[in-house]
Amino acid sequence: MSEEPLVLGIETSCDETGIGIVRGTTLLANVIASSMEEHARFGGVVPEIAARAHLEALTPAVTAALAEAGVTLQQLDAIAVTSGPGLAGALMVGVGAAKALAVALDRPIYAINHLVGHVGADVLRTPDAASESPLAYPTIALLVSGGHTSLLLVRDLVSDVELLGETIDDAAGEAFDKVARLLGLPYPGGPQIDRVAASGDPKAIRFPRGLTLPKDLEKHRYDFSFSGLKTAVARYTEQRTDAGEPIPIADVAASFREAVVDVLLTKAIAACLDHGIPRLLLGGGVVANARVREVAAERCAAAGIELRIPPLSLCTDNGAMIAAIASQLIMAGHAPSTLAFGADSTLPVTVIQA
Amino acid sequence: MLLAIDTSAGTSVAVVDRDRGVIVEAGESDTRRHAEVIGELIELCLRQSGVTVSDLSAVAAGMGPGPFTGLRVGIAAANTFALGAGKPVVRVVSHDAIAFGHYAAGGEGPLLVVTDARRREVYWSTWQGADEFGLPQRSQGPALAKPDDLPAAVTDYANYRRLDATEVSAGSLGMLAEGLFQQGREFAGSQALYLRSPDVTVPNAPKRVS
Ligand SMILES: [Zn+2]
Repeated sequence: MSEEPLVLGIETSCDETGIGIVRGTTLLANVIASSMEEHARFGGVVPEIAARAHLEALTPAVTAALAEAGVTLQQLDAIAVTSGPGLAGALMVGVGAAKALAVALDRPIYAINHLVGHVGADVLRTPDAASESPLAYPTIALLVSGGHTSLLLVRDLVSDVELLGETIDDAAGEAFDKVARLLGLPYPGGPQIDRVAASGDPKAIRFPRGLTLPKDLEKHRYDFSFSGLKTAVARYTEQRTDAGEPIPIADVAASFREAVVDVLLTKAIAACLDHGIPRLLLGGGVVANARVREVAAERCAAAGIELRIPPLSLCTDNGAMIAAIASQLIMAGHAPSTLAFGADSTLPVTVIQA
Repeated sequence: MLLAIDTSAGTSVAVVDRDRGVIVEAGESDTRRHAEVIGELIELCLRQSGVTVSDLSAVAAGMGPGPFTGLRVGIAAANTFALGAGKPVVRVVSHDAIAFGHYAAGGEGPLLVVTDARRREVYWSTWQGADEFGLPQRSQGPALAKPDDLPAAVTDYANYRRLDATEVSAGSLGMLAEGLFQQGREFAGSQALYLRSPDVTVPNAPKRVS
């Protein structure tokens, strides 16, 4: 194997079929087939619909990625696949496909943790931006999407990742979807809330910040909870409706978004300061939210923390980030996974490679 | 020569040859371990048969009917193995493989195959018999029914010999694929045979919280 391995990554943990190809830390292809539109009328990801869509999309996406990268299957040095966490039935499609491809090509396979993959997205460079400075360690990583809300302490990308906290109920992205529904906005909720909130006052309504009271902080210093916030929004809209008053949608959206962003960044910055780590990495689809990026930039600047946000196409779920971790593992001399691993919907973040 | 994969019940993988028959078949009957075992079973079949990837002429995939989660693992694996090997995929109805095995073992006459569809339902198909080449002639199904409704759902239910199957042999599936190819018959379509829509409902308006 050359020093810079050519790796194809397969990601099917949620509703995006992602196939990425990387050489070392260079991104060569990032093909994503999303089934998001099929879930829209259900107001959230339907696991069985997602899994069926993965089966249909996978082989064409592999072919498209090879064309985009300008490489052949025979040139690949290794296959990487998300083995968890995620939706079990969706993960299994990718795991089965990846194993068969690895055996057919007689190449090693790397079973990769999805959450660590989000952190790994940061090491990728496009061929024309190869000189950018690499991520320094340790770093705090805040990963927020429709499927997860996690705060990680990453001491080393391929050997030492610790979970500091995560959501104890809804993921932040899910809260956006549910509140969008309350306000009569379509799925997915994130971009809709973002759009409506632009003309609203984020201080109009003081919605609760979950798990930020002193007694909660003792046990849940870095954990998140968004179900109370969602209920508070519901109660507010009900009271207005009952009183025969119009719902100030822009103000509700802006105030809700502010509550989510505030608690996300307050906890992330606290993790940086508590651990003396002046670096924060954002990942996951919620990074698309303009206010998340804005508040992260402000607060990191104020606290002297270096903020890193990979390009959005690498923040949402994708196969390139999975290939990136495998590539890092290979370059660090780690052995491949055996063929016996399964799909693990609750794979802990400490298991970087299954 | 074909690599055959079926995960419509347990996981079954085989390497077959038109002249030599089933060279190697290996399986795992546990219906919850498809993703775990699929890679090792393919590797084992290739190693034990001494057949290389380039020796194969195609990959045969069992398209169901079968419970969704497991069924997809085998189809996905067949698709990407074929892509990696640079060979075509040929698709076969998994129930036809059961019937093929039945007739190849000397069974005769009308046959009803019933397999578990979970959620207190079954998949079923019928055949009048096998033709002169041993290829089963399906007359009804595959379809889905509640077990108690079978006598009403299957036309001439009493005329069939009923076979409740818990496994699908990839060896039978592969040999059936060889026969279909040899006789220029049609293979199954590219869609997995779920026979059931995804189990979802459009949500109602959000419930009140106060
Ligand atoms: Zn994700």
